[in-house]
Amino acid sequence: MRLNLRIWRQAGPEDKGRLVAYRVDDADEDMSFLELLDVLNEKLVLDGDEPVAFDHDCREGICGACSMVINGQPHGPQKATTTCQLHLRHFRDGESITIEPFRAAAFPVVKDLVVDRGALDRIVASGGYISAPTGAAPEAHATPVPKANADRAFTAAACIGCGACVAACPNGSASLFVGAKITHLGELPQGQPERSDRVVRMVETHDAEGFGGCTNTGECTVACPKEIPLDVISQLNRDYLHATTGGRRTA
Amino acid sequence: MTMTNYTDFTIGGPVADTAAPAGPVEERWERRRFGVKLVNPANKRKMKIIVVGTGLAGGSAAASLAELGYQVSSFCYQDSPRRAHSIAAQGGINAAKNYRNDGDSVHRLFYDTVKGGDFRSRESNVHRQADISLQIIDQCVAQGVPFAREYGGLLDTRSFGGAQVSRTFYARGQTGQQLLLGAYQALERQIDAGTVTMYPRHEMLDLIMVDGRARGIVARDLVTGETRSHLADAVVLASGGYGNVFYLSTNAKGCNVTASWRAHRRGALFANPCYTQIHPTCIPVSGDHQSKLTLMSESLRNDGRVWVPERAGDTRPPSDIPESERDYFLERQYPAYGNLVPRDIASRAAKNVCDAGRGVGPTGLGVYLDFAEAINRLGRAAVAAKYGNLFQMYQRITGEDPYVVPMRIFPAVHYTMGGLWVDYDLQSTIPGLFVVGEANFSDHGANRLGASALMQGLADGYFVLPNTIGDYLAGAKLHPVDPGADEVRATEHEVANRIETLLSIDGNRTVDSFHRELGHLLWDQCGMERTDAGLRKALDRIPELRREFWSSVKVPGTGAQLNQSLERAGRVADFLELAELMCLDALHRTESCGGHFRAESQTEDGEAARDDEHFSYVGAWEYMGQGEPPVLHKEDLHFEYVTPSQRSYK
Repeated sequence: MRLNLRIWRQAGPEDKGRLVAYRVDDADEDMSFLELLDVLNEKLVLDGDEPVAFDHDCREGICGACSMVINGQPHGPQKATTTCQLHLRHFRDGESITIEPFRAAAFPVVKDLVVDRGALDRIVASGGYISAPTGAAPEAHATPVPKANADRAFTAAACIGCGACVAACPNGSASLFVGAKITHLGELPQGQPERSDRVVRMVETHDAEGFGGCTNTGECTVACPKEIPLDVISQLNRDYLHATTGGRRTA
Repeated sequence: MTMTNYTDFTIGGPVADTAAPAGPVEERWERRRFGVKLVNPANKRKMKIIVVGTGLAGGSAAASLAELGYQVSSFCYQDSPRRAHSIAAQGGINAAKNYRNDGDSVHRLFYDTVKGGDFRSRESNVHRQADISLQIIDQCVAQGVPFAREYGGLLDTRSFGGAQVSRTFYARGQTGQQLLLGAYQALERQIDAGTVTMYPRHEMLDLIMVDGRARGIVARDLVTGETRSHLADAVVLASGGYGNVFYLSTNAKGCNVTASWRAHRRGALFANPCYTQIHPTCIPVSGDHQSKLTLMSESLRNDGRVWVPERAGDTRPPSDIPESERDYFLERQYPAYGNLVPRDIASRAAKNVCDAGRGVGPTGLGVYLDFAEAINRLGRAAVAAKYGNLFQMYQRITGEDPYVVPMRIFPAVHYTMGGLWVDYDLQSTIPGLFVVGEANFSDHGANRLGASALMQGLADGYFVLPNTIGDYLAGAKLHPVDPGADEVRATEHEVANRIETLLSIDGNRTVDSFHRELGHLLWDQCGMERTDAGLRKALDRIPELRREFWSSVKVPGTGAQLNQSLERAGRVADFLELAELMCLDALHRTESCGGHFRAESQTEDGEAARDDEHFSYVGAWEYMGQGEPPVLHKEDLHFEYVTPSQRSYK
């Protein structure tokens, strides 16, 4: 199949950037979207041009590295699918496709489609963990966890940290990302001692990193390749309110 | 560059693991922990340790070392430590908890692992790993890893290949992800505390040696292109395996051997490079554009039944083939283990039926993995609860619904048991250079059992290395290294020159075209079945291919920017050297064992025939210089507890 691509090219953070048109004549419907870019890049290299830079690694939808906006949608049109798992059978022969980086104030462009998502790591560093130094753990069966809680914790923990929720949000908020971690750890008995501190610190860091506030548009959960449910944001707000007004901890 | 004459390798003196204590196997780890020298807390604060890689082994090691009080610098090539490829492990992690009351014990896990590795691993190491497996589950639960649970709130387990007990703990099909996030969060906590300095998007390109010891690395900042040295008291490599040498594998695209290979070139012995694992359940190749292969977790073999049509050339759709004309070949050949035989055996069985013309799918390189019986028995909802995400992934890639049509699977390169040689303390033959996780050769012998990689990575990182590295640091009496020292400058220059050379060749072939060609060659000649003639053919071709690479590769752009072609070029250059050593190792080991199957060495019914008399050793290779024949050092293996026998899963 033949595809007409318009791809964001930006040499570096200081460059203004622009969309550049390319054509790929020998695409195949069994190809993944990233393999389409591989084919284009091989051609660009042989033509003496610079290949398009993009983040990718596992190519099986779990590492969270791939991060592009395809025809206006983070990770493209397919529901619950990362870019690396998106296949060309979902596009028409002759179709035009616009490819841009994840855009958000907190995600500066590094080059072409590559952005810096280090802010998400810094949110986790500020409190997205349970303090359990190696060697200090009690026997695993000492604390049963009701299956319903374990299942909800797992659903939230499935977040791959790709940042699609931020790219989809008109406010550039990472509330779904933060809410997922708050819900994961807050559902477990092991997560209770630090629950209040965790939410306050993570929200403070989230705001300081330049992510926007949540206005419940729900775009995040639609874009999320792991279908993290919107109620993790309600959980986040509930925990935050409790931590800051319930007297357990003040911000 | 001159050609290596592969038959010229020489045999050097034996290599011995002097760190392993004697005594009953179940007491050795305790004895070693008591025997190590300790570093007092005030001194730990002054000591710096570099950890390369942030997967299960590297992430857990960096976090645990920082908790002990060391200053840690952690490096990963990804944009975040959370993306290391451990994240993609699906099925589970073994632990001898015996929560099922089904006869499991530390000794049985030890026994199964030594047997599963086809008697090519060390008893001391394997027993320690089985013992530590208990603590790993406790540690991960304490961190909030959301393992699957029963309605009573207790942990659920399942069976895995190569075992008859249910000892595999799991978190749906995302066990690696959840364990890695546990280690990543522990690491981030230390980053926030200032005890770990994190260097994401950095790649180690060489090892700095001073006075015969590992004292640092040269790393390239992948964003700015700056290469510079980082100095330390000890260096830990947790940089993963080398499966990407095959180009197509289940590894992430960035997985590479560079850190290990550069250390090998500096003197670290490389052990058993020919031991590679071909995983039986991957999605078949669909075309020439294919950039990687996707694994379908081995756990699927718990409920999925593997079959092909009985008759060669039967092209009917699977639903039209009646039960009586199907061959459930694993159940037929191995009635005791059925679909749960170890990976090497399942892979070769699939290859054999495809070679006989009974393979399925458009290429004929595939077998069915059928869930119809499980869906009838358990109901669709129960199957979805266990394997839902895997079914979804399969459907996304192939466009077929596995609830309705059987999956098609085929073996693919998945894991490498070989790696840098380490002693019981996980120290390589270079003092001060430690190697953990898949990057070392230690615990899996010639074949790794399912759900054991996660166990080994976390055992090494959380519990072994933090207990053993202090012995080196307390005894080494290290002086600070001057950043301007000749050894440091010389290594920095070598790295800069190599980058300069790669950029200046400006030939007419892309990096990927070389990588693909190398991968095809290895898959054909050093893949599931190896022969003397095939390996010699590969050994003729690899040096030629390497020469072509260094004369006609084209790497666009400059070194002073994000340059993904340049990153790949450096990695492929190292694969082109490793590949030769793999083939040489495979050629010299004329027996079959585990994942290393030499066609010349098989039993009457086509199983791997070991030659314990001549090959019951670890083959550890010493680098003697580019184009120079390497030297083989042997570490003899002794079995005091598990008597080597022909593995039988019948």
